[in-house]
Amino acid sequence: MAKMESTIGNMILSLFGITFVASSALGAVYSLTKEPIAAAAIAKKNAAISEVIPEFNNTPSSEGYKIPVDGDTLYFYPGKLNGELVGTAVETFTKIGFSGTIKVMVGLLPDGTINDVTVLKHSETPGLGDKMEKKKSDWSLQFKGKNPQQFNLSVKKDGGDVDAITASTISSRAFCDAVTRAYNSYISASEIK
Amino acid sequence: MNQLQNFTKGFIRENPVLALFLGLCPTLGVTTSAINGIGMGLATTFVLVMSNISISLLKNLIPGNVRIPAFIVVIASFVTIVELTMQAFVPALFEALGLFIPLIVVNCIVLGRAEAFASKNDLFSSIIDGLGMGVGFTITLFILGSIREILGSGSIFDYKFIQGDGMLIFVLAPGAFIALGYLIVLMRKVNK
Repeated sequence: MAKMESTIGNMILSLFGITFVASSALGAVYSLTKEPIAAAAIAKKNAAISEVIPEFNNTPSSEGYKIPVDGDTLYFYPGKLNGELVGTAVETFTKIGFSGTIKVMVGLLPDGTINDVTVLKHSETPGLGDKMEKKKSDWSLQFKGKNPQQFNLSVKKDGGDVDAITASTISSRAFCDAVTRAYNSYISASEIK
Repeated sequence: MNQLQNFTKGFIRENPVLALFLGLCPTLGVTTSAINGIGMGLATTFVLVMSNISISLLKNLIPGNVRIPAFIVVIASFVTIVELTMQAFVPALFEALGLFIPLIVVNCIVLGRAEAFASKNDLFSSIIDGLGMGVGFTITLFILGSIREILGSGSIFDYKFIQGDGMLIFVLAPGAFIALGYLIVLMRKVNK
């Protein structure tokens, strides 16, 4: 078959054909993967929730509530065991990270004590700031069982009680900022109630 | 040139990264660990083969003056398909590579092979070319990723063999340039 000439009609026809097929294919793939993607996102969130709060037997992700704060939203997922509140997972964020927003899931016991923390999403430097991830280092374990009333949530360089990650003070500071935000909104929300 | 040569030319003689210097942005960006390099390499190989197949089949239906936009549409579609599929079925890998998957669209290797090879050759040679280039790219990314992971984090495939940190510079961007530079020197020596 001879190659198509570059006439205006041929060009329009060819580009139309290609974009039409491409967009139909993308539409089909999108509708096929929509549900698995949503399911994967929910599974990830549920895994993070059960990681940071004590054992519960309700479905926190469907009982969540949200509070707008600092131009963004915090999501609260209360975990209950036989109807009694055992802890609240707070999906919090910070914008002062080294590169981009960091999302953290903080598990707070009813009295505000930090049960556990886990990073949901970040783009900190691999090898430095990414030590905030549990699988990379034990750094985030120091928050376990601390109550921010006695435990000053800022890095030692700023006069707080948190050991910063070596060579990643900015990331550590940002992490503290996220946890503080979760704690403060949790306390003020429970005072209103 | 027989098909075996066609397949292996991407390994050393026309290695996309070390000889043609294409696709350096994802190369430098993702190779912080060996596994990231392999993941990125395989995703690129898939896109490369699929786009070579389509371009080779469509080459007579695409008028010369609009060939670049047509190639880009085809490549971008396959990249998006890879991105959505990864997100749906291997979320863990997507997490590590997420940012770099869309970069495959602007990866010169894919467009370069479409323009320089697939639009002039038959279907079978184009598949072999895509596979060979993809494997060459994957091997290079794997080697670079391993060097950076061993020197930078003191581990390989997340298995740590020293206490504490390695030379952090190799995890960061400057280390990527240094390691790549030495790889290119080595390649030049071998190619001579």
